[in-house]
Amino acid sequence: MILDHFKRKKYDAKKNIKIKPDGIIKCPACEKMIFKGELNKYRVCNYCGNYFKMSALERIDSIADNGTFVEYFKARKSKNPLNFPGYDQKQEELKKNLGIDEAVISGICKIDDRRVVIVAMDTHFMMGSMGVALGEKVTKSIELSMKKKIPIIIFSASGGARMQEGMFSLMQMAKTSQAIGKHREKGLLSICVMTDPTTGGVSASFASLGDVIIGEKGALIGFAGPRVISQVTGTILPDGFQRADFLLEHGLLDMVVAREDMKYTLAKLLDIFVPEKQSDKQAEKKKTKK
Amino acid sequence: MTTAMDMVRASREPDRLKAMDYIKAICMDFMELHGDRLFGEDPAIICGIGKIQNRSVMVIGQQKSVNFGMVKPEGYRKVLRVIKLAERFKMPVITFVDTPGASCGIEAEERGQASAIANCIMEFSKLKTPTLSVIIGEGGSGGALAISVTDEIWMLEKSVYSILSPEGFASILWKNASKKEEAAQLMGLTSQHLMDDEFIDKIIPEDGSEIYRLKEEIIWFLEKNQSISMEKLLKKRYYKYRKII
Repeated sequence: MILDHFKRKKYDAKKNIKIKPDGIIKCPACEKMIFKGELNKYRVCNYCGNYFKMSALERIDSIADNGTFVEYFKARKSKNPLNFPGYDQKQEELKKNLGIDEAVISGICKIDDRRVVIVAMDTHFMMGSMGVALGEKVTKSIELSMKKKIPIIIFSASGGARMQEGMFSLMQMAKTSQAIGKHREKGLLSICVMTDPTTGGVSASFASLGDVIIGEKGALIGFAGPRVISQVTGTILPDGFQRADFLLEHGLLDMVVAREDMKYTLAKLLDIFVPEKQSDKQAEKKKTKK
Repeated sequence: MTTAMDMVRASREPDRLKAMDYIKAICMDFMELHGDRLFGEDPAIICGIGKIQNRSVMVIGQQKSVNFGMVKPEGYRKVLRVIKLAERFKMPVITFVDTPGASCGIEAEERGQASAIANCIMEFSKLKTPTLSVIIGEGGSGGALAISVTDEIWMLEKSVYSILSPEGFASILWKNASKKEEAAQLMGLTSQHLMDDEFIDKIIPEDGSEIYRLKEEIIWFLEKNQSISMEKLLKKRYYKYRKII
């Protein structure tokens, strides 16, 4: 219809933050325009210090030693156990647009020359929600860490369990948590870094079970989301409620770390918990061979 | 025909039997244990010891008449404490699940609701004693899962177990809470549906003799697991959840 041309187009706030074709992005906090090239690999606003959302690959890129990341467990197909209308199409679309197959990327990388299993979640993919495929990938990564006898670092970012998969999603909480339980018994190190946001079924399972739990500066972390809490309790929530510093204050985190210092902090933790470096090991191997 | 939503309504009936009714009917000499030794006591979850046919057991139940059965972090930490106790004295653990979900609010967040639930799930998954959970009313989300990662999960016929209430499901996914009928149908939250999907192991029919039936079944469960090898039991429990892919 010709009338369609005169209709006012819906304003989509999300589109504003996305990278525009001319390479300019807008900071959602201070609303200043920033050239894409100006943004460093930590994706921090040059003007106000606000953290931009990071995709899983960008996250790994900011942590791993250059060129050491090897991806594991690619292409696990998500089922649609409830036959939820439109769920398959939505996933296909996201896969095509984002170029990732789930809301999580996992693999092995080196941090300051120490091999670790790294798991990074991505909120661009269905809010990083945990369905069967994601739970399976996380569980397999934990198992990989047990098999290779190296530490695991999990960057969580998720709205919670994936509603579209119903009970199957809920059971992923049990599956991932019991895997971490097993991991603990093997005497291996697990570090969970909660990034913005970590709530619901993910914060109430594996993300809260690391030996060391780090909160990224300013991240929203909690069980129920703030909107739900203010609706249920009918109160206005205090400033900074459920932010990383709030959790630190209440004894729920080991430390709050800025994004720029994350790699350094992780490297230091690894150095203290598992002092042996990869290059040392290789050198030793060579010696024994000789 | 009864729809899924009818089942949800039945599971929420105010005069439905509560956890304490089942505990008193099934368990002899029940003695309640209070407090998490850290912060406080949460009466929405009952923990205690007792005997079922001369077998000492640890019983845990969400009491819906207190705060709608919504358990606070201190409640889950009480559970963590008593299940460790049960493990040490080789008592099987029986839990009665009846909650719309874990308590949510400013205080619950301050005391780490997420961490309390996560630790409950993990500890239950590796508890070295036979465990059984019975869903007697509403089994809602993480609040229910925290005490139902067990060797066997049973459901009363007219109880439900789901990731979220059908109202919440409809309002999150369709932005329309009035579509709850459709949501309930789609979610597969009835006992029969969950049995078909192999999430639960047994349905206790509700024909007026459910307490008697439940007691008989529990006695049989305890008998069956009396001299079972712990290693085997733990492996089986791990696989029960590991296989859901």
